[in-house]
Amino acid sequence: MNPAAAQKINIFIPRPNEAPPLDTAGPIGWIRQNLFNGKGNSLLTILALLFLLKTVPALLSWALFKATWVSGAACDATREGACWAFVVEKFRILMVGIYPSPHLWRPAVSFGLLATVVILTLFRLVSARTLAFLWFSLPLPLFWIINGGMGLAHVDQSLWGGLMLSMGLAVVGILFSLPLGILLALGRRSRMASVKALSIGIIELIRGVPLITILFMASVMLPLFLPKGVNINNLLRVQIGVILFSSAYIAEVIRGGLQAIPPGQMEAAVSTGLTHWQATRLVVLPQALRHVIPSIIGRCVALFKDTSLVIIVGLLDFLGMIKASTQDPEWLGYEAEAYVFCALVYWIICFSISRYGRSIEKNNAW
Amino acid sequence: MNQDIVIDITDLNKWYGHFHVLKHINLKVQKGERIVICGPSGSGKSTLIRCINRLEEHQQGSIVVEGTELTTNLKNINDIRKNVGMVFQGFNLFPHLTILENLTLAPTWVRQLPEEKAKKMAMEFLARVHIDSQAHKFPGQLSGGQQQRAAIARALCMNPRIMLFDEPTSALDPEMIKEVLDVMTELAEEGMTMICVTHEMGFARTVADRVIFMDAGEIIEEAPPEDFFTHPTFDRTQLFLNQIRTQSI
Repeated sequence: MNPAAAQKINIFIPRPNEAPPLDTAGPIGWIRQNLFNGKGNSLLTILALLFLLKTVPALLSWALFKATWVSGAACDATREGACWAFVVEKFRILMVGIYPSPHLWRPAVSFGLLATVVILTLFRLVSARTLAFLWFSLPLPLFWIINGGMGLAHVDQSLWGGLMLSMGLAVVGILFSLPLGILLALGRRSRMASVKALSIGIIELIRGVPLITILFMASVMLPLFLPKGVNINNLLRVQIGVILFSSAYIAEVIRGGLQAIPPGQMEAAVSTGLTHWQATRLVVLPQALRHVIPSIIGRCVALFKDTSLVIIVGLLDFLGMIKASTQDPEWLGYEAEAYVFCALVYWIICFSISRYGRSIEKNNAW
Repeated sequence: MNQDIVIDITDLNKWYGHFHVLKHINLKVQKGERIVICGPSGSGKSTLIRCINRLEEHQQGSIVVEGTELTTNLKNINDIRKNVGMVFQGFNLFPHLTILENLTLAPTWVRQLPEEKAKKMAMEFLARVHIDSQAHKFPGQLSGGQQQRAAIARALCMNPRIMLFDEPTSALDPEMIKEVLDVMTELAEEGMTMICVTHEMGFARTVADRVIFMDAGEIIEEAPPEDFFTHPTFDRTQLFLNQIRTQSI
């Protein structure tokens, strides 16, 4: 090499890293940047703090500090705090309705089974495939344990109620509406005009009416369409209504996921000799579902809350039992406790499901 | 002679709505022949090769692949696709599967190969395109050139007798183009029947038996590479070649 050219080479030495300015890093930096980064924001922060100061202590005082937990005179005397004895007293009816006492172990075992699967799901203890299998096979043993038959005493479905009924309707609703929704979504994208028209018809018809209407239809109208002699009980009719309602919405969510998959995926799959159906099942659908899992979990939350509407067709779910328990002549005047407890239970369940959805979104894995 | 013709396209016409994309195309491809199709964008070259495995439907004329005519018969279409591999501009690997699973998917489902056998074969093809070390990664973790080589290996896993390449290097960085072209050249040397839509004129010059120039939905010029590049017979071809030369400088 030419020595003159070699002399011109400068050696680059990177500067050492320096600490960021104090007011932009750490907790002080965070507070400055997020709560007090201008007049408007500072004002809002102060107003929000004042609002919290006004409300939170009063709420805590009612719900915790001045609350009584045992029934008796203390509950009626002051009434400055909540009387949680009411909830304790009504706990059984809120959870399982008027399910007969000798068989109470059955809802308990069912809840244990459900909780086990939930824990396996939350902590990702088994593979996705196993999870799917567990969830989809879950309704069968649960139905057997609660309903009876094959060795267990039969418990009539008119005796089911409370949180058990809400959860049952929601879990079975989601599990059945998921495959149905997938079929409807695929049908809506089908190249066969009749299949496509039918799918669009079903989806739009169901999405066009409120759930209450569907529940009324299922409860009141459905028996009129059934042939003579065929008798489906009210709970099953309502469950079918819930499944149909949910599947239409899930179909639209999944359709969104299918549309996000570039057409090249299908082309590449069929160009290797896979049939259209194989390519859909093995290549397009798995990707589409992965995209929409957070939205599907959102639908789970919505459906769980929506099941509270079954009260209008005479089923006493959790909210129904809450309402019924406030009517007890021996326990009048505890609406606040009842509805706060109701809200708290709904919130705990829905918020947990949402957080799980968020964590899936973040990790892109379940 | 006639038995050696593996693709026979006669008076092919295709429309997108009212737009006439392919106009009276005639093309016969012999067994083991390497054909490069070039032309400006929108000339119908991609559409033409996508008609050969029925990713696009044609409205007039006939396409016969290894003695089977492409019609609406789904079974025929599938049989042809099993033996005609395709490589796309955008790789189109399946992002939810590992590279190895990408390769074994079709052999296990279409050829009903046992899983172990499919894996063994897939690893052999990955070694041939020099990315066997990446077998258990997902497509998103690979560079563009590696992804395209994996896509070539995926097509080869079905043991196709014909390979279609739809601008395989157009989405790649310059350094990666060579590694893909090298794999394609090796494949050509093994005697694979290949139809390749590409702007890589160096590849066309060294590998192709025949270069086809298309514009406005028609085949304008069709010649061995030495004739095609040195004395094209149409002014349109000359203009295209000049433009390509000035671009590459």
